Order: sequence, then structure tokens, then C-alpha cells
Amino acid sequence: MAERTAPVVSMDAITKTFPGVRALDAVRLDLHAGEVTALVGENGAGKSTTVKILTGIYRPDGGTIRIDGEPVTFDSVNAASDAGITAIHQETVLFDELSVAENIFIGHAPRTPLGFIDRAEMQREAAKLLQSIGAPFDPRTRLKDLGIANRHLVAIARALSVDARVVIMDEPTAALSQKEITELYELIETLKSQGKAILFISHKFDEIFRIADRYTVFRDGAFVGDGRIDDINEDDLVRMMVGRSIDHIFPERNSTATEEVLQVTGYNHPTEFADINFKLKRGEILGFYGLVGAGRSEFMQSLIGITKPSKGVCKINGKIRVIRSPADAVSNGIVYVPEDRGKQGAIIGLPIFQNVTLPSISRTSRNGFLRLAEEFALAREYTSRLDLRAASLDQDVGNLSGGNQQKVVIAKWLATKPQVIILDEPTKGIDIGSKAAVHEFMAELAAEGLSVIMVSSEIPEVIGMSDRAIVMRDGRIVAELEDDDLTPETLVRHAAGISTEPQLERA
Amino acid sequence: MILRIIPVREFILAAAIFLLLLLISTRHAAFISPSNLANVFNDTAPLMILALGQMVVILTRCIDLSVAANLALTGMVVAMLNVAVPGLPIPLIVMIAISLGAIMGAFNGILVWKLAIPPIVVTLGTMTIFRGIIFLISDGKWINAHEMSESFTAFPRAEIIGLPVLSWVAVVAVAVFGLMMSRTPLGRSIFAVGGNPHAAVYTGINVGKVQFLAFVLSGALAGLTGYLWVARYAVAYVDIAGGFELEVVAACVIGGISIAGGVGTVAGAVLGALFLGVVKNALPVVDISPFWQLAISGSAILIAVAFNARAGKTRGRIILKSAEHTS
Repeated sequence: MAERTAPVVSMDAITKTFPGVRALDAVRLDLHAGEVTALVGENGAGKSTTVKILTGIYRPDGGTIRIDGEPVTFDSVNAASDAGITAIHQETVLFDELSVAENIFIGHAPRTPLGFIDRAEMQREAAKLLQSIGAPFDPRTRLKDLGIANRHLVAIARALSVDARVVIMDEPTAALSQKEITELYELIETLKSQGKAILFISHKFDEIFRIADRYTVFRDGAFVGDGRIDDINEDDLVRMMVGRSIDHIFPERNSTATEEVLQVTGYNHPTEFADINFKLKRGEILGFYGLVGAGRSEFMQSLIGITKPSKGVCKINGKIRVIRSPADAVSNGIVYVPEDRGKQGAIIGLPIFQNVTLPSISRTSRNGFLRLAEEFALAREYTSRLDLRAASLDQDVGNLSGGNQQKVVIAKWLATKPQVIILDEPTKGIDIGSKAAVHEFMAELAAEGLSVIMVSSEIPEVIGMSDRAIVMRDGRIVAELEDDDLTPETLVRHAAGISTEPQLERA
Repeated sequence: MILRIIPVREFILAAAIFLLLLLISTRHAAFISPSNLANVFNDTAPLMILALGQMVVILTRCIDLSVAANLALTGMVVAMLNVAVPGLPIPLIVMIAISLGAIMGAFNGILVWKLAIPPIVVTLGTMTIFRGIIFLISDGKWINAHEMSESFTAFPRAEIIGLPVLSWVAVVAVAVFGLMMSRTPLGRSIFAVGGNPHAAVYTGINVGKVQFLAFVLSGALAGLTGYLWVARYAVAYVDIAGGFELEVVAACVIGGISIAGGVGTVAGAVLGALFLGVVKNALPVVDISPFWQLAISGSAILIAVAFNARAGKTRGRIILKSAEHTS
């Protein structure tokens, strides 16, 4: 491939801060015509923020974006797409009930002289686009009749219909089968030959080395390095990604866990996970690491009875327990603090104290009536332990900040006096101060004899907090790591499926 | 903050009713005499009772369109029972009416819970089915006052401390529901299910079961009202209370019960019903065509919804502000 000098898009010293977090700190990123640039970094490295800035969803606080050397600012999503930048998201935003052609041209359909949508022209254009990317279906097909891979093709055709020069693919292969991935690679080759600049975001190293021409590495919102993919190997790339001084101090812990609280044997699910076996000891923090979609949350949901495993045994304190519903899980002392606070955690509209006491209602009521004084006492006890800052416990949860809402949700579960607490991404999306408080608190809980399962995609958190860590990939446990084996490199290797350096593996 | 908004909303509605009464009294002073107000209250009692049941259903993000048909079917059944066995004691009849209504509500609830059919479709279907059953069991015939026993028709009108039994039933229902919503686990679950069903699931609340119970409550109240209605008007036929379900929903909406679920109070439902009751009773008195009643209730609904939407928006802004402050 000929060496191209001037990049199509060049981001220079881009900075973006959110309240309490510096998401991007003077990063740079160049995209070249006819080349695939892989953007590499762990969760929280600033990849999504970069995409959002490139597509005009966020505006940077500092730095310049240049297109063909000319500085530009994107005031809106439309401005970015007019400049020829288009993104294909992890979950493509398309309309089920519309036809493929309508999906491709929605918002910019060809018009007849009278201003009506020119259906025939639209279908011709759509057919042409679909053919150019090798899509094997008719533009009149309804979107809902297409599989996930073909939907991707529609999204790509839509991206091309606006005459894109830059195509951003954010984890495009996360939901695809092997065959579909191969087809996607062919498509990317086609796009390259058409001279599009492609930004490819992926956690999977085999993909990156297969498809990318260049790489750029971000870490914690800062630029680490870039270059041609031919000049680097997997080991160096992993090192660039994770190699860091852990600046965030995690609480000191010394675990003397012996007694077994929970034992899971042979948990299987028809589609989400298979063959899950592990033990959890009293007072232990067990980390669950894996890429998004590795099946961690899905397994946790079946452990607490939201979905049912097809087989498997769960023993609590040595006794077999069948957990059929979340209520069963709560009464067996297992509670789950979900990742998505807004959707699954706090009940907006109920005051703080009612949110806290909701799962403990049978304890705070007598003869079928709630006792408000007891409720307030319980809520006050746990919210003050978590250092919740609120004007009053009567206040609506919706008026609290994200970190404080998280505290309410955690207080709610602690108030049930559980034996095992499952924290799904406990610090995702909260500011550094609240993060430290949550970590501190987890250590405290473990010291009091509560067993913690921490599902986390943040490597420093897994390493800093866990006594042991289990790595999941594609619905299976691929490694159980502790002590010296528990390093950033081993976590990434197992999660991404790199096997150059054989590690202690347990299937 | 929201806690402060809710009482404000109810206060405004109460003030609106008060103003309305004041306005009417300038045209027709006798309207606000205590005895007439008691009449208006008594007249509104069935709407109020049904609105309580509907409120519970709407709070769980459902809707019950079958209440009026449930009322009519229960009314017809107890009337026929009274014709067949005139000696049946009134407490037994009341029990039968409540149970029958609850069974019909349970039927709605099962379809929503176990088959996951959207509530509006379920109750639209059962509404028609219940009306059809009335026709089948009655052959479309009326049951008139002279066929019913004296005690059967006298019960709702019997006066206790100046108010008819019908009014007292409404008062008791309001008290019971007020207590249930604020002080029992079921009441709390109803708010939780409507406020955030996903979170409620994780908390160990069975969302479908709570919705089922809401339909049972609504049905039981409809059954109770069925007997009171038929006995008060001393007539039962296929079309009694035709279209009344919409008035019940209207009372809830005017009372500030969010159609999206999770937000609403017993006081709101009661005031919403009273507002409609006052409008309905006042218009003929002040010489306005009753046809205007529809337009006025319609406008009241739109104003109430617009007001609630605005309240929701203010809430959104407050969230943002406090988020900025804490960071």
C-alpha cells in the first residue's frame, strides 16, 4: 500500500472534561484515506468520547479537528455527517417496521418535483448501494426480517448513502458469528479500496491485527502512542494499553477467607453461558472480568433467579438452594446491584427512604402495616454508613447525583443483611471521589464477613480490589487468577483470547 | 421536591373545585347549601369508588376499561338473584357483588400477568364480553323496581348520621385505600412497580402479580358499585353505566394520576371525581346545556395533563441543577 502523507481527519490536542472526570486529555488521532486505523484502549480510555466528538454529539473543550488540513467545528450531528463522517454503532439505530431502502434513506430521501418521496429512485439507489457492499437482499425487505449481520450491512449502506469519507465502526463484530465477521472484513476491504478512512474500535486483538493498517492507543483519556500495525506485536500493544502506574489507591486488605459461602456447579444456559463453576468464601472479594458481552451479567441474572439456567446447582452454606425468583435470592441472602442504575436500580419518584427499605419491607412492617419510624431508622442507618449526601430522606431519589443514587441502591441491598452481594460494574459512570468511597466500602463489607462478587470491566479495579478474579470469554470461564497471576496482562490476554503466552488455564 | 409538588397539585385542584362552587353560588346560591352538597357528594360516590380502583391499576402502568361493564354485569346478577331469592340478606348480597367483581378483575389480571397481553386490549375485550354476558343472562330484559325487594333497594339510601349509606361506602373506601397505599407493603409495591418495573423485579417484587392484584381490587370495587348502582336507581339492564369507564379514567387523569404509572395519590383520585361530579350537577342548575358538560370535562382533562407535563419538566430541570451542584 502506498504511503499516504496527509490524513483526512486529524484530531489534535482534543480535551473533554465532564464534571469530576477528564475524559480526554489532549489526545490526537489521525485517520488516513484508504486505511483502517484501530483505536485501542481499555474501558474508560476515552474511545467512545472520541467517537462522540467526531460525530458531533459532544463538543470538545479544547483542541482542533482538521479535515484535509482545514480546522472545523461540529455544532451538531448534522454538521459532522455533512463533513462526511459517519458512525456505525454497536447497536445500530434502525427502524424495524420500515423497508431496507427506507432505512437507508430516512432523513435524506430523494424527492419528486412535488416534494414527495421518490420511491422508485430511492429503491434504485438503495439497490445500487447494497450491491456495492455485496448485500444479498432486496431493498424492499422489511428490516425486521433481517438478521443482525444483514442489519449491519443496512447500517453501512446508510452510512455510505450520505457519501461518507470517514466511517467509524464501534465494536462492529460484537454480535456477529465467525462467518459474518469474515464477510465484514471483506466489506472493510471494499470500503478501503473506495478510499474511505475507517476508524475501527475493537477489544479483540486478532481482529485488529487482521484488519487494521494503523493503531492508536489511548489510556485513561490520554494519548499513549500510534504507528503502523506492521511495526508492533501483540505483547507491546497490550503493554501500551494497560501499562500504567495505578494512581488510584485501593484500600489495604488482608483476606483470611476460609469458610465457603456459595458454590456454583455446572451452571448452563442455552444461549448465554455454559459450564460455570466457582466457589466463594466468606469475606472474599471475587472479581469477574471479561469483555462486554462475555456473559458475566447474564450469568449473574440467572444466579439471582431473573432468568433460569437450563442446569446447574447452587449451594449456599453447603446446602442446595433453588433460586427461582429475585425474592428467593434475597431471602437466601444473595443480592444483586445492577449495572444500569436508571433502569434497574433506583425507583425515581419514590423518596430515598422508601427506595432503601423496599426489599426489607417485611422486616419494617408489622401485622401487614408499614412502620414509618422503623423505615426511617433503617434507611438512616445504611445511608449514613455510605455517607450519602441528601437534604432529607424524604427527597425524591431522582434529584440525587449519579454517585449518590448508586449509594441509595447499595444501601437498599445492604439493608437486607445479605451474605453475598453481587456488584455489577459498581463504579461505572461515577466520579473519582465516589469511586474511592465505593471501594473503601467494599473492603469494609468484606472485612465484616460479607462475600462480594464484583463484575467489572475496569482492570485496575479488578486487580486492586479482588482476592481472586475469574475471567469470562464467550460465556465460559477461561481463567481463575490470584496472587501473582493476577496482572493486567494476564487479564487482557484471557479476556481477548490471546494465547501466545500460555497461562494457567482452567476450562 | 416532588413531595412538595404533589400536594401543590392537589391543592390547586381543590381550589379549582372551591372556585367552581363559588361561581355557581353567584348564579344559584342554593347549590352550596350543605344538603345539596351532600347530594352532590352522594351522586359522585360511585365515580369516586371506581376511581380508587382505577387509580391503583393506572399506578401499575395498566388501565381497566372493563369497570363499567363489570359494574353492570354484577348489578344484573345480584338483581336477578334478588328476584329469584327475595329473602337473601343484604350483607350476603354485598359479599357476592364484591366477590363476583373481584373474579372478573382477576380474569383481567390473569390475562395481563400470565399471557402478557397489553391491559388496554384485555379490558377492551372483557368489557365487551361482560356486556354480552348481561344480554345472555337477562335476554335483554329490564329488571324494574317492583321486581326488587324493598330491603334490596333501600340499603344504599338508608341514612346514617345525615348521609346515605352510598356516601358512607365511598368514605370508607377512600379511608381503606388511603391506608393501603401509604401504609402497607402492597401499596408500596404498587408505586414501585409503576415507578420502575425493572428495578422492582430486582427488589424481589413480582411485577405481574402486583398488576394482577390491582385488577382484582379494581374489579372488587366495580362489583360493589354494581350492587349500589342497581339498588339506588332500582333498575338493571344491559346498558347501565355505558361509557362510565371513560369518566372514571378522566377522574384519575384530572386528579393527577400519571397515565405513565407510578405517580398519583388517593386524594387526587377523590378530588378528580369530585370535580367531575360538581360540573355534572351544577350545569343543569345554572342553565347550561348538559352537552357542555362533555366539553368542560374534556378541557379539564387537557388542562390537568398539560399541568402534569409541566410539573414533570420542572422536575427534570431540578435534577440537572442538583447534579451540577454536587459535582
